[in-house]
Amino acid sequence: MNLLKSVLILITFSVFVSCSKKEDVVIPDDLDGLTLVTTLTNDTHKVALYTTSGKFQTGYNEVYIQIKNTQGIVERNVSVTWLPLMHMMGMEHSCPASAVGNKTNGIYKGYIVFQMAGSEEEYWDLTVNYTIGNTTYTVTDKITVAEAAKRVVESFKGADNNRYVLALVHPAKPAVAVNDIAAVLYKMESMTSFVAVKNYTIKIDPRMPGMGNHTSPNNVDLTQGTDGMYYGKLSLTMTGYWKINLQLLDATQTNLKGEAVTDTNEGSSIYFELEF
Amino acid sequence: MLRLTIAFLLCTLTVYSQDTIKMDLLKEVEIIHKRSLSDKTGKPLSTLDKYLEKSNMVNMIRRGAYAWEPYLNGMASERSVVTIDGMRIYAACTDKMDPVTSYVDITNLAKVNVHSGQSAAGAAIAGSIDLVRKKGTFGEKKLSGMAFTGFETNSEQQVIGGALSVSTPKMFTDIDFTYRNAGNYKAGGGEEVLYSQYTKYNTSANVGYRVNEHSQVVASVIYDRAVHVGYPALTMDVGLARGVIASLAYIRHGWETKVYYNTIRHVMDDKQRPVVPVRMDMPGWSKTAGFYSSLKGSEGKHTWKGNLSGHYNKSLAEMTMYSNTAGEKDMFMLTWPGVLTYYGDVYGEDSYAMSERWRTTVSAGVGVQNNVVDNVQGLESLRIFYPGMERNKVRVLKRLSAAVNYMADSWQYTLGAGYGERAPGVSEGYGYYLFNSFDRYDYIGNPEMKNERTVSLNGSVSGRTGKFSGKVSGSFFHLMDYIIGRPRAGLSVMTIGAAGVKVYEQLAYADVLNAGVEGDYQVGPYLTWTNRLSYRWGSGKGVRNLPLIQPFTYSSGMGFLRRAFSADVVVNGALKQARYNEEFGEQATAGYAVLNVSGAYQFRLWRSGLMVKTGVENVMDRKYRTFADWNRVPRMGRNIFVNLIWTY
Repeated sequence: MNLLKSVLILITFSVFVSCSKKEDVVIPDDLDGLTLVTTLTNDTHKVALYTTSGKFQTGYNEVYIQIKNTQGIVERNVSVTWLPLMHMMGMEHSCPASAVGNKTNGIYKGYIVFQMAGSEEEYWDLTVNYTIGNTTYTVTDKITVAEAAKRVVESFKGADNNRYVLALVHPAKPAVAVNDIAAVLYKMESMTSFVAVKNYTIKIDPRMPGMGNHTSPNNVDLTQGTDGMYYGKLSLTMTGYWKINLQLLDATQTNLKGEAVTDTNEGSSIYFELEF
Repeated sequence: MLRLTIAFLLCTLTVYSQDTIKMDLLKEVEIIHKRSLSDKTGKPLSTLDKYLEKSNMVNMIRRGAYAWEPYLNGMASERSVVTIDGMRIYAACTDKMDPVTSYVDITNLAKVNVHSGQSAAGAAIAGSIDLVRKKGTFGEKKLSGMAFTGFETNSEQQVIGGALSVSTPKMFTDIDFTYRNAGNYKAGGGEEVLYSQYTKYNTSANVGYRVNEHSQVVASVIYDRAVHVGYPALTMDVGLARGVIASLAYIRHGWETKVYYNTIRHVMDDKQRPVVPVRMDMPGWSKTAGFYSSLKGSEGKHTWKGNLSGHYNKSLAEMTMYSNTAGEKDMFMLTWPGVLTYYGDVYGEDSYAMSERWRTTVSAGVGVQNNVVDNVQGLESLRIFYPGMERNKVRVLKRLSAAVNYMADSWQYTLGAGYGERAPGVSEGYGYYLFNSFDRYDYIGNPEMKNERTVSLNGSVSGRTGKFSGKVSGSFFHLMDYIIGRPRAGLSVMTIGAAGVKVYEQLAYADVLNAGVEGDYQVGPYLTWTNRLSYRWGSGKGVRNLPLIQPFTYSSGMGFLRRAFSADVVVNGALKQARYNEEFGEQATAGYAVLNVSGAYQFRLWRSGLMVKTGVENVMDRKYRTFADWNRVPRMGRNIFVNLIWTY
């Protein structure tokens, strides 16, 4: 009885505490769950960039943009384009990036796939062009792109001599289950032009190198969905470090990159990593 | 429920309260241990496993020196129900390191009822084993006790313990305590069998209170704790196996109602093993709560028994593997995904005396079982293999039996037939990458299997003529949808070094035959020649030989008993096991014969008694293994033991 009572008190208390905590922090806003990465500033506006992690990392980054004028008023009905650019010693290049769409309440959403991290000498900058009414504004600034803790993007030359960028989108939170796996695949047409690739197949073979390099059953290779992304099923039979060995097949099922895992070949030359 | 209870109450008026009703015609009772301990058992402080092994109906599968797995009628423990005083207990180890029989000690028990075929215990195929505890009696005020100690040379095993009981007209109390500690044993020839040590503490208590002349209440608890238990046949050991088993019973003549609860914690790890591919921990938990209400009675030529029971169990086991790469996260999975079992059962049995010599017994029972996968991660893991798997699975498990018994002047004939069904066990239904060190396969459970069913026939002839007494018994089980793990191509092994992955499947049928002969001959006034033979045979569709089936096994001994002195010379042996299952990792096992000798003397010291028993097991120090030795780990070599039991 006493136990029941104290449990009840504890529950009541915790509900109270968690409620009051929420009231302090929460601003009713669609930026809930997002963290500011950086703000690009020009004379007229502050362009704030958000991600869930609060940073840009190599691989797939979902980016949210909010534009405020100097009075701090959020600009709505803005059309936005962007261009990330890598400044290397001898050259410049861009990376795959989606169009920027409208979310709600003056928040604009898109994704950028950074295929490499930035450093002091070789750095990324981001140009955001936005049109309010009939006026077009632009802002450019350096951004910091960190190396992701795990390998989640592959940039390689295929057997067809094209350069590809392949990045893992999901699972963001892997579980011991059949996970939905999603990836984006781009072909590099020029230093600043990347186009989404259609009708390829991304073969997956998840392995645990720390446990005899065993795999899991009932995986489904990734094929393109209606939205252009590639979707499949990824079985993870336990927590820990998983290496997802990849093979890229073109529309005629010809292998462009990656090798099958066999008794003599421990892993493919292209892979993603997950650890949970 | 209420109506049923009232019916029970009304019936108690005609209840037949004696225990001597010969209803279980197919039952074999192993008397373990009389209070005086002056019985003829070879080694009074032996383990329960060794006692059970003497039964013709039971084989004990041995993975080390401790916690052997009982195979009833040649079938694995999932096919029988093992209870302690009628209480259901589920083992907590995914690798069968802790069968129910491991949570009691011989000193807790009065007898073991081994029943072939269908019984009140619940849905089963092979039969049931009930471990019956010692229980005090009401009577004139009396205090009695016992202290014992034993030593064995081979594994340097020490046994120390004692028991105390108080009886009064209104109350009785028993408590006992046993401590066993053994080091590694040595096989014949002197080779040390590493990781065969164990330490066990067991204590139990009973308190009975007589409410009035018709009824009594008995509370009982067992606390069992085994630590540092080695399993030489396996890749892992047990740091702790702990069982707490408690019950409260209300007894009114032939009507007994009990509520019970037990909780098992089992900590399996490889901390003692110096070289492993990857370190891992595999703890398991099992909690069971249940009740039964059983009523015995007789009316005219009928003797009947009714039993209503139910239980709930939760079995959970997990595995954590520690990567050899520094900084990498632990690998974690649920090997038993939090499986809940809800089970309810009704059973009735009637024995009808057609004439003085003829008697028939019929029984019928039905159980309803619902299994639920409680843990979300566990359910999702299994859905990797079975995408459409439901969380719940309800099964109805029916059983029927009929037997005819004929009593001639000195001989008794019994013939019976039965039908039974069982649900897959926790590992068979829901196990997840359970490594079997015998065949070196990872096993995956299959939640979508049908019930396993059996039609069985059994018969026995027993009796006594002059100096000879004997028993011939046999049973034949035809199983349908026989559950067995079979290799599944295309699945990747999880355990490093495993040979493959097996998934539980069902064979259309399997057959198991058991036969036993026992014969005693009184050679002279003091000498008895005791013999025992048994044989099993098992085969299934597409599986020529079922695994772990006993070959022709025999025992023959000469016993001497004169006043306080007794002595035994016994030879145990088996023929070569040529029918083995290669897919299960078995190999042919050579025949063997082992000689044991012992002698005992019962001293009388004023009002107390001291029994001294000493003997030598495996006198010739033969190095041997039997079909029941997991991974062919050899059995104990020469062993000299001394048991001292002081009673007052």
